[in-house]
Amino acid sequence: MTATTLNHAETFDQLFKEKLPVISRNDLASLTRLRNEAIALFNQNGLPGSADEKWRNTDITRRLDLDYTMHHEDFQSNLDVEKIFACEVPDLDTFLITMVNGWYAYRNSALRILPSGTIIGSLGRALREAPELVEAHLGKVARMHNNPFVALNTAFASDGVFIYVPDNTVVTKPIQMVNVVDHHENLFMQTRNLVIVGKNSRLELVHCDDSHNHTAGFTNTVTEIVMGDNASVDYYKMQNINDQSTVLHSAWFHLGRDARLNSHAISLNGGLIRNESVVTLSQPGADANVYGLYLMDKKQQTDNLVFVDHAAPNCTSSELFKGILDDYARAVFNGHILVRPDAQQTAAYQSNRNILLTDKARVNTQPFLEIYADDVKCSHGATVGQLDAEAMFYLRSRGIGEENARMLLMYAFAAEVIGKIGIENLRDRIDDLVKKRLRGELSICDQCVLHCSKPDQPITFDIDMSKI
Amino acid sequence: MASEPNDILNEVTQSEYKYGFVTDIETELAPKGLTEETIRFISSKKEEPPFMLEFRLNAFRRWQSMKQPEWAHLNIPPIDFQDIHYYAAPKKRPELESLDQVDPELLKTFEKLGISLEEQKRLSGVAVDAVIDSVSVKTTFSDTLAKHGIIFCSFSDAVKNHPELVKQYMGTVVPAGDNYFAALNSAVFSDGSFAYIPKGVRCPIELSTYFRINAANTGQFERTLIVADEGAYVSYMEGCTAPQRDENQLHAAIVEIVALKDAEVKYSTVQNWYPGDKEGRGGIYNFVTKRGICKGNHSKISWTQVETGSAITWKYPSCILQGDNSVGEFYSVAVTNNYQQADTGSKMVHLGRNTRSTIISKGISAGRSNNSYRGLVKITKRAENARNFSQCDSLLLGDKCGAHTFPYIQTENRSSVVEHEATTSKISDDQLFYCQQRGIDTESAIGLIVNGYAREVLSKLPMEFAVEAQKLLSISLEGSVG
Repeated sequence: MTATTLNHAETFDQLFKEKLPVISRNDLASLTRLRNEAIALFNQNGLPGSADEKWRNTDITRRLDLDYTMHHEDFQSNLDVEKIFACEVPDLDTFLITMVNGWYAYRNSALRILPSGTIIGSLGRALREAPELVEAHLGKVARMHNNPFVALNTAFASDGVFIYVPDNTVVTKPIQMVNVVDHHENLFMQTRNLVIVGKNSRLELVHCDDSHNHTAGFTNTVTEIVMGDNASVDYYKMQNINDQSTVLHSAWFHLGRDARLNSHAISLNGGLIRNESVVTLSQPGADANVYGLYLMDKKQQTDNLVFVDHAAPNCTSSELFKGILDDYARAVFNGHILVRPDAQQTAAYQSNRNILLTDKARVNTQPFLEIYADDVKCSHGATVGQLDAEAMFYLRSRGIGEENARMLLMYAFAAEVIGKIGIENLRDRIDDLVKKRLRGELSICDQCVLHCSKPDQPITFDIDMSKI
Repeated sequence: MASEPNDILNEVTQSEYKYGFVTDIETELAPKGLTEETIRFISSKKEEPPFMLEFRLNAFRRWQSMKQPEWAHLNIPPIDFQDIHYYAAPKKRPELESLDQVDPELLKTFEKLGISLEEQKRLSGVAVDAVIDSVSVKTTFSDTLAKHGIIFCSFSDAVKNHPELVKQYMGTVVPAGDNYFAALNSAVFSDGSFAYIPKGVRCPIELSTYFRINAANTGQFERTLIVADEGAYVSYMEGCTAPQRDENQLHAAIVEIVALKDAEVKYSTVQNWYPGDKEGRGGIYNFVTKRGICKGNHSKISWTQVETGSAITWKYPSCILQGDNSVGEFYSVAVTNNYQQADTGSKMVHLGRNTRSTIISKGISAGRSNNSYRGLVKITKRAENARNFSQCDSLLLGDKCGAHTFPYIQTENRSSVVEHEATTSKISDDQLFYCQQRGIDTESAIGLIVNGYAREVLSKLPMEFAVEAQKLLSISLEGSVG
């Protein structure tokens, strides 16, 4: 497998033509058709440039300039799987799914079926063992139009996670997907996840991206989550990867009647992290909360794109995204609420708040509202600023040193989002990581971050915080 | 208490678009189509110096290489730029000393508009420059202004009599190739207004331009340039109307404002071009580039606009806050009804230290219209302690219309504070109930509430305009109530 720079759309087209037999080895005929459609669509528009509205603040071609290796079938990773399992969160009792370099770790094993009927396994495997389920949903929620990386993913991805929760089932423990990147080459990974949650069912899903070394990985993940009527999903995305890495993740949620979604994206570290969440409230009564927190420094960049589509009446949605930017870091927020005609009685809120710590850091925020129904309550707000001078004075006047006061205020700023996390152990851990991150201790993660947590040693603010 | 809004609404329900008449004035037209020849024709017709022709041709070449922008939330039917007269002038244009010499037909036009020049001159003390089909017809009050050294004249006169000022400032705020419609305007603009307020002069009266499109199949391309020298102050008003026609007409204007040190310019617009009929036929395409630069320290530019007309509005009055401590303001009420579309807002570019800007935008959509706010707030690295506050509210009347908000916020330093908030709602049942309970019928109540909703902006208008604007608000919403 040779490494290639991928900054030309033609390269992808060529690769696709060459590798299609390998990529589509597990495919159903309909999926191969979809792949061909996807690559055609991709070729039409090519890679996005600064002229594309959604990419004007993000230079993706520079990220593709490096030599990347793309694997289209299983490859032997020298990573010790046991080592990954050491990452397992000690307090967090989960069903663990491990992805290594974008491939399902135990992809040769059969789908795991829990007593409740819940199926967990690799997508490649599901294509063989539960083709009708996959075929009914794959590619139905994620739209490739105007989204070149979703098109690319659809064309190339042949593995990922498949989760099926049958109707009337509560998955007792959270399911945790950990994607660990550890390879000597720069990998270009495309994974595709499909999650189907039946009527009246409940699922908590934790999705972590981690890197183990300093090679420049490029991950292009698409996750489709289909929620039946009255289904409930809590989705947590944790990103802590090295500064050379790029993660593009687009999550597509399709909510049925009275379905409830809580989505959290916590980005602690990464070269370029771009989270796109597209939430479709397709039936009355659906409710979506989309939260995000990003703490960036050095030359890191985080993009958060949220599109909430109110396609039915009586739905509610709220968005809260907060970020702290240090050094040369950049953040982009692009929120878009669409209220379609006849989606009356909609309530939609959107908020993006940012704190800049240096004059080199930058924020671009675009909170959009597009509304075609009149009986609605919609609002959005965006602020960019610094730490509140009065709050700072209050703390200083009570004898708290400047560093500690700053630290406290930043933590308080972030805590609003952390507080929304529903799984207690996870909340504590993220809380812990955020504190560390704010002190600069976590800026380069050379180890799996989940090791960092030592709940028995509570963190106090009385430590020298020279970094901040 | 409710009698006044009642009168307004009564008046409203009787008329569709009261400015929709055509004045029968002999007009001189350039042949249809746009080529270098057309531009040379316009330039020679206006006896322009060579630098103007050069400016126009350069703009034309830029325009040829550009594409019509598609990013706005507008559905613009294709425009055939070769099917438009780029020059239409009332034929008689003698040098006028007093209003008595003005073509009586023209005077009637203004009489009908309710802003007769004579009346304006006598009663309100507003200096008016009237522009019909983009040629300036008459400027009133020139003598009073001359006493203060203020230059207020048509753009062509300025080119003839003050070429050095025009040369110095024209195209510095909106360059010829700034955007598609600005380039088009720079190539073919026929006339407009020019104002220069010398150092330390506070302009004693309001300056005003009245624009009217009259001839059929013409595009109106006027250009306004306002320069406020150090310490000067001026308040400038702009009004627009057009006759009722089935076909759409193109209006692409440019307004440039330069405010030097300590200067202040207040620019108010009541835009009431023909909006098309109830089925969305006809109406004006209004593609306007308005931009001001606060060049010196402590300067201030304030835009106030009431947008009720036009089939399509594409307009973003902007401020470049270059001088330290300079201030930019934007107050807007945009009303769309029937099939109107508006994509309007403001850009505030903070370059200097301690610069401040405020954006207050109130959108009201009714019928099947779409009304978008699109704005940019950009704080550059150097703009320490910059401050912006934006508020964009939308009011929806009816369930077939759309109200959208597209703000862009870019911040590049830590000492600045930027706040943006927006809400979208309809008139609440509580408010209506409260009014009805006190004997105010639904229609009057809605009139009251809408006026109250827009008050924050209307209060920024000069008095002469505020009354007209209030009436316009109600006229535009005719038939959308209930």
